[in-house]
Amino acid sequence: MNLKISALDFIQEVKTGNISAEDFVAKTIERIQNVDDKLHAFLSVNQKAVDQARKIDKKVKSGEKVGDCFGMPISIKDNLCIKDSKTTCASKMLEDFIAPYDATVITKLKRQDAIFVGKVNMDEFAMGLTTEFSAFGPSKNPWNADYVPGGSSGGSAVSVSAFECVASLGSDTGGSVRNPASFCSTVGYKPTYGLISRFGLISYANSIEQIGPLTRTVKDTAFMLNMISGIDPNDSTTIDNKNEDYLSEIDSGIEGKKIGIIQEMIGEGIDPAVLSATKDAISKLESLGAICEEISLDMVKYSVAAYYTITATEAGSNLARYDNLRYGYDFPLEGYEFNSYISKARRNFGPEVTRRLIIGGFVPSTGHAGKYFLKALKVKSKLTKEINNVFKKFDLLISPTVPILPFKLGEKIDDPVSLFLVDINTVTANLTGKPAISIPFANSNGLPIGIQLMANSSQDKLLLQAAHALEKTVNLPEVPI
Amino acid sequence: MTMIGLEIHCQLTNLNSKLFCSCKANYRGFKINENICPICMGLPGSLPRLNQEAVKKATIIAMALNCSTPEKIAFFRKNYFYPDSPKNFQITQLNIYGDTSVGGTGSIMVGDKKIRITRIQLEEDPGRLIYEGSSSKNQITLVDYNRAGTPLVEIVTEPDFETPKEIRDFLNILSDILANLGVADPSLEGAMRADANVSIKGGKKVEIKNIGSFHDLEKAVHFEITRQESLHSREIEIVQETRHWDDRRKITVSSRSKEEDLDYRYFLEGDIPWVKIDPETQKTLSSQMPESISSKKERYVSKYNIPAQVADVLSSDKYYSDLFEESHTELNAKEVANIITTDLMGLVDTREKREASKFTSVHLKELADSIQSGKISKNSSKNALHEILKTGKNLTTIIKELDLGNVSDESELSGIICQVISEESQAVEQTKSNPQTINYLVGKVMQKTKGKADPSLTLDLLKKQIGI
Repeated sequence: MNLKISALDFIQEVKTGNISAEDFVAKTIERIQNVDDKLHAFLSVNQKAVDQARKIDKKVKSGEKVGDCFGMPISIKDNLCIKDSKTTCASKMLEDFIAPYDATVITKLKRQDAIFVGKVNMDEFAMGLTTEFSAFGPSKNPWNADYVPGGSSGGSAVSVSAFECVASLGSDTGGSVRNPASFCSTVGYKPTYGLISRFGLISYANSIEQIGPLTRTVKDTAFMLNMISGIDPNDSTTIDNKNEDYLSEIDSGIEGKKIGIIQEMIGEGIDPAVLSATKDAISKLESLGAICEEISLDMVKYSVAAYYTITATEAGSNLARYDNLRYGYDFPLEGYEFNSYISKARRNFGPEVTRRLIIGGFVPSTGHAGKYFLKALKVKSKLTKEINNVFKKFDLLISPTVPILPFKLGEKIDDPVSLFLVDINTVTANLTGKPAISIPFANSNGLPIGIQLMANSSQDKLLLQAAHALEKTVNLPEVPI
Repeated sequence: MTMIGLEIHCQLTNLNSKLFCSCKANYRGFKINENICPICMGLPGSLPRLNQEAVKKATIIAMALNCSTPEKIAFFRKNYFYPDSPKNFQITQLNIYGDTSVGGTGSIMVGDKKIRITRIQLEEDPGRLIYEGSSSKNQITLVDYNRAGTPLVEIVTEPDFETPKEIRDFLNILSDILANLGVADPSLEGAMRADANVSIKGGKKVEIKNIGSFHDLEKAVHFEITRQESLHSREIEIVQETRHWDDRRKITVSSRSKEEDLDYRYFLEGDIPWVKIDPETQKTLSSQMPESISSKKERYVSKYNIPAQVADVLSSDKYYSDLFEESHTELNAKEVANIITTDLMGLVDTREKREASKFTSVHLKELADSIQSGKISKNSSKNALHEILKTGKNLTTIIKELDLGNVSDESELSGIICQVISEESQAVEQTKSNPQTINYLVGKVMQKTKGKADPSLTLDLLKKQIGI
């Protein structure tokens, strides 16, 4: 049984009866048991996965209508609610929280007969970009277990990369899907803001974050978008994409498309290997008929500061509900009144969350908002204006997903400011609501390099077509695990 | 000069669902923590889903209070920790970043005085705290979230009040307007609450919170003015602070909590996109608004010749005006108005009595028509009314069962009149010199018939028999 197949191939194989979903899922669970001790992608594994797969095989055999996923094993970031299962956000605060409902994306995937093999690791409450801030220990990069897998959707990227599932859902607030996708050599997608319902995604910075798929191929991502995108009455910020089919016309190519190379994203501090990979990607796009030109997005230099200010503010509010009054963890009440209880209960947040909550209490506060929060909003709106202007002339923008190579576990965890700068190329898509994708493009001494493409709002289909064209030029080694 | 401003909270009790989920807006009557769901409990991953009907109703309130209504409104988060707030922030509205609240400046007249409205905002009500345990040592606080997320309209006034009396008059008018709009039921317990800001000349602004009822509001304001004046006369500084109304002791007490230092860190609620209320929508809403109290009053006076005072009572209470509208005809309008304002009013003056009564507009119409046609006397109609309220039976049945019908049978009445004439010979004699005396004789006939004699027939027969 070959677990290393794409989602679309899996579907084809099960559909035609070449493989059974039960076998595939059973082997997948076995694989998790074999490699996850080392990689720690999973926080929990679905014990009923094989039984669920068996039921789908029965439907296939009897000719009953089967959902489009045909029992495809998918891993789910642990900040997405699956009814009656633990949803921890990799936090001690929600260690025992059992979601009483399904996120909209989960409902949609269930309807299409997807199988959730397990919940995967992340930085606590999605705050971080190495997965080292998980309260349950870091995930490891399958390419080299001494290295971080990126984050915050590290468990998603690891599980796809190490063949512990066929696809995964993560969430991207400032690069949390694209960053680990780049570090682990998978495709990672951050859709146009509002394309995928956030209902059931535990909010970190709700005004800019989106759920996004991590897959082996761009086509798989297009397929996943077909499954989970679209307007949802439970999320008022969703947009109507008229049931767009992202897979059809995926082979359209990029001839004649104008692509802007964002100067600010290939500047100071970029790793030479990443720079040369980016140049290579540009020349490949040109050879496919695209016209590439350098452009400047002046506001990018303030984007990370604005990003951290806005996300901390929203996190301060979104995470205020974790007061351990209505749900949470066991904790003796004796000797506390309301204020001291809450402050004690909230000490269960880890260091990075605590750091951001403190910032989040400060930057929007009276007397400081003008200098920080309101200024950050100004950067956001200026950056949006800037990028909208660029998209008047260009169809797509290109940059490396992360300006540096994956680094070792523990290397940057005590230097939060240098960690923040790893976000420089990814936060723009979030602050401006634009779709962005990271595709595996190169490998430097066994460490993956991803290339990022961005498109204008609601141009997700075009973006996937371009990414697919570029992907076809790539030939990468297989993950050594 | 004393300056008092109000912040009035009014629940939109007539809506079906809460502001951001499909739980019931009218949370009363549920078991503790039964009217809740993941959204109003703010469970991880839940998102608010704005009740568009609430926006409409709040806009209608703004229009009725002559407030400006912006074409686009936004919601903000007010961040603070309190156990009654499941998310530890409240979704509310603000006007500090431009006019984005459902209502801007407006005003209503209270007598000859104009009370200015600062703004109207739509927001969610928190849950309810229930304290148990006798001493502070074993006291526990329980939280009932049934109310959490109930749509609330906050009406903020300018400090235009000078006396508690003005406040009372204003609140009466406001309650009537809100009830008339059909958006709220101010008589429901806790459906309308208010905080007050009080300052006297030369003093700082003091906010009074936790006032349970409008009755207490008047008392609290009165107490606060007296307290501040007393401080002032002793040249003690009045500090800017928040005070709580102590319902038991009927005094205001300085809040030891640092509530006034709270920084709410307001920012835009990203989960709720801006809501457009374009001129077209506003026009539609305005055309759907029920007739205003003042217009009703005017119509009652001009069309039916109902006295202004009666029309005033009738129009300002929605229960009465609805009854009137449903039961009156061109012919019986005055009679209907009379029954409501003289007989019915004392019997159904509270919400409980109204709910317990079986009285409907059909009864009212029957009653008025029967009085006009002489089927029942004015006197007997009062007894009938009592019976209707109690039993809900129709008037014909009640007249039969209680024998309340008028004696309008000529021969029967003639017999009784003969009897009266023979018993009251002296009075009969007097009618010849003083015609007014005949009324005394009519009264005697009424006595004998227990008020059931048809008055005009009685008069005619009396005159005929006496020969005047």
